[in-house]
Amino acid sequence: MDFTILVKFLPLILTGLWYTLLLLVLSSLFGMILAIPIGLVQVTGPRPFAWLAAAFCTVIRGTPLLIQLYILYYGFGSLFPQIPWIRQSFMWPVLREGLFYAVLAFTLSFAGYEGAVMKGAFASVPKGELEAARAFGMSPFTVLRRIWFPRAFRIVLPTLGGETILQLKATPIAALVTVTELYGAAGQIFRTTYDFFPPMLLVAVIYFALTFIITRLFNLIERQVPQRR
Amino acid sequence: MSGLDLLASGWGRNLLYGAVSTLEISFLAYMLGLLIGLLGARGKLSGGKLTRRLLDAYTTIVRSIPELLLIVVLFYTGTQGLNNLLLSLGVGPVRVNGLIAAVAVLGVVQGAYSTEVLRGAIQAIPVGQIEAAKAYGMSPFLLFRRITMPSMLPYAIPGLSNLWLNATKDSALISVVGYLELTKISQQAAGGTKWYFMFYTVAAGMYLVISLASLQGFGMLDRYVRRGQPQVR
Repeated sequence: MDFTILVKFLPLILTGLWYTLLLLVLSSLFGMILAIPIGLVQVTGPRPFAWLAAAFCTVIRGTPLLIQLYILYYGFGSLFPQIPWIRQSFMWPVLREGLFYAVLAFTLSFAGYEGAVMKGAFASVPKGELEAARAFGMSPFTVLRRIWFPRAFRIVLPTLGGETILQLKATPIAALVTVTELYGAAGQIFRTTYDFFPPMLLVAVIYFALTFIITRLFNLIERQVPQRR
Repeated sequence: MSGLDLLASGWGRNLLYGAVSTLEISFLAYMLGLLIGLLGARGKLSGGKLTRRLLDAYTTIVRSIPELLLIVVLFYTGTQGLNNLLLSLGVGPVRVNGLIAAVAVLGVVQGAYSTEVLRGAIQAIPVGQIEAAKAYGMSPFLLFRRITMPSMLPYAIPGLSNLWLNATKDSALISVVGYLELTKISQQAAGGTKWYFMFYTVAAGMYLVISLASLQGFGMLDRYVRRGQPQVR
């Protein structure tokens, strides 16, 4: 075991860190944006949409993320090249990359898990507050923007840190579709140096540190939000 | 050849075999995890300072490192370590049984989560009940069987249900070290026939059936361990 060998690979490790963070931030952000309507529609209806949203959450939460990624990457990835107008479109360079499918899969996954959480949060905002808002003459959208969503978001905030860490821990799967994130970078170093432990232990430590930082960050955010317990 | 012909021509049976294999490693790993969890929870609650430190390190490290990385590292360490040990004893290298390696690796990961779930559940039992049982002179084993276990289960079942679902889903990651379970077999089927979309979707469907059936089962179990308790909500 020779850890000094890693110095040479510092740029590769930094690239890996960048892609890990990119995957994490993009998928959590887009996933959360998707989770809001997915959660809301299950509380408000209309029925067919509520049913669709619930089915989406069940499918996402009931199947391994790895298989979801394979369906998108190999399934759609093998379909797209056969369709000429997709091949000729400006999106093609993006659609060829594993990164695109990884972000898509992780976003849908986060939306599925967080959608179920948001459903519970929307449902648990006290009815009286929504009625008061309506009594003030707020339009349905204003009620959502000013009262319903902010209250629901505060309810999920304590769990959001944990969900983000789970999302971080899912990112190494992207290495299986050619994205050079941290774990992928460690794999590359291993294949060049034939030394297994130094790169793997290093990225393990980085993941450990990232988990720690995310926990602290969410504690900080939580303290900014006034909350009566 | 159409997709259905392919499924009927043997790939369908292979996938079913994969599903059974997935259930097998998930179940054994889950059981190993529960065993580690029970011992771990006991150690965390009533162990000495060193035991508690070590267990804290175990659960913290395992829970903050990605499962895929853990599985690959544990698999590599385990097989390499065993072979180095055997070599130093003068015996040649062996091919480690895939099933045992998969179960051991997944079980060690599950154990960390089980420890926390069971510790929380045991701590939720009112102390007086355990003290009363001790005052009646129950032996530690009887105390566990008659008091701790039944009163802990209602608190533990939701967490344990999640852990089982995670075990079935995490078992898909074992495919990266080449173990033939549902994901690996669907990969072979998809790669061999180029019917990527169909085979991965069928595999996803099988995982979904496992998850939904498990949720039903745990729902029944939850109602059973809560029998006689007042209905909440």
